[in-house]
Amino acid sequence: MSNAPAMNPSALHLQNLACMRGGKTLFNDLSVVLEPGHLLRITGSNGAGKSSLLRMICGLLTPSMGSIQWGANSIHADRDFFHTQLIYLGHTPALKGDLSAEENIIAAGSLSGDDITSSMARDALVRSGLGHLASKLSRTFSQGQKQRVALARLQLAEDKPLWLLDEPFNALDQDANEALQALIKAHLTRGGMVALSSHQVVALDQIDRVVRVSL
Amino acid sequence: MSASLSIPKVMLAIVRRDLSLALRRKNDSLSALFFFVVVASLFPLGIGPEPTLLAKIAPGMLWIAALLAAMLSLGRLFADDFQDGTLDQLVLTAIPLPLAVLSKTAAHWISTGLVLTIASPILAIQFNLDSQSMGILLLSLLIGTPLLSLIGSIGAALTLATRGGGMLLSLLVLPLVIPVLIFGAGAVDAHQAGLPVDGHFYLLSAMLAIALFFAPIATAASLRIAVE
Repeated sequence: MSNAPAMNPSALHLQNLACMRGGKTLFNDLSVVLEPGHLLRITGSNGAGKSSLLRMICGLLTPSMGSIQWGANSIHADRDFFHTQLIYLGHTPALKGDLSAEENIIAAGSLSGDDITSSMARDALVRSGLGHLASKLSRTFSQGQKQRVALARLQLAEDKPLWLLDEPFNALDQDANEALQALIKAHLTRGGMVALSSHQVVALDQIDRVVRVSL
Repeated sequence: MSASLSIPKVMLAIVRRDLSLALRRKNDSLSALFFFVVVASLFPLGIGPEPTLLAKIAPGMLWIAALLAAMLSLGRLFADDFQDGTLDQLVLTAIPLPLAVLSKTAAHWISTGLVLTIASPILAIQFNLDSQSMGILLLSLLIGTPLLSLIGSIGAALTLATRGGGMLLSLLVLPLVIPVLIFGAGAVDAHQAGLPVDGHFYLLSAMLAIALFFAPIATAASLRIAVE
């Protein structure tokens, strides 16, 4: 790691990561390099630390040991810049029940500094097959619909190199599942990086540039 | 998109989001307001209709009522975001977290502190306050209530991950806002005693300036711990 000649400017380096939660070691000495165009697939049983690893990568959780680097810098060195490079969708859909689907997408985008207009948000929802939910309040949605609205943000996140998705295939029906796979593949093709945790066997297996982490 | 990142724009978007949430869930702001009105109305009922006595205790009573009403809504400042996962997105914001926190605190103040301040002259009438004292009370609340929101935001962030944090929040924040109470209520007292009130306002403003700078930093640090 330290003697690597030149780091790819925007590759993600996880070095000797360890995670301890409640006095228990979830994983230890985990080193992974995620290059542009690659998929990081995190598998493991419940409670193995999949979510913790994803939260570590985006900087929400401090590693018990080890470091995470984005390009040549630690992700904590320029946190605000790093945050513009990623989109993180956690296991809760992060929607405000009192805002409509469209408003939720605009609000979430504005937090990461993106200027999302109402028509862009509506368009993203239409492309995700959720046009009819655009102006409905999110608290009326089913679990799957909430998940899909959260994922609709990906339609507007083409310029964010790093996608961090925690169990994105949960609660999705067959069509949405395939649509998400297509989105992920398109992102990888344009040189983006996707890190996702999933305990389901999904067709993403056809992608050859995969880094697998089994916790 | 991210090349044209404008910090004021993001801050404004956060304020706007929180205000529209507050508007759609009016009971939160309204219950704080009604609490303020009811508590302030209990004192004349309990103490008796003695105009001079009421006018004397009015500043303190109104200030304490405003303080308790502001406490009521503080618990929700980050708790809702924490529950639905939007707090993670807030911490992952592209602007410095203290500024994002400051925007949220500003929205909280507008939806509670400012509302209480505007309502206070009506209550002051119950206490037989003269119009000049009323003006000074209004001004002291205008400077003082943002302080309550700012100091309270630290407590709200610290008690976020604890169970039944509401009581803990009050125990944590109320002692910290004692100086605000002393100088806020003190300003009106001083005026009634015929003394100059400048000093009180200078001190309140100084506290506000310091809190504006330090409170968001402390709150941001607590939030980072809470999301872990």
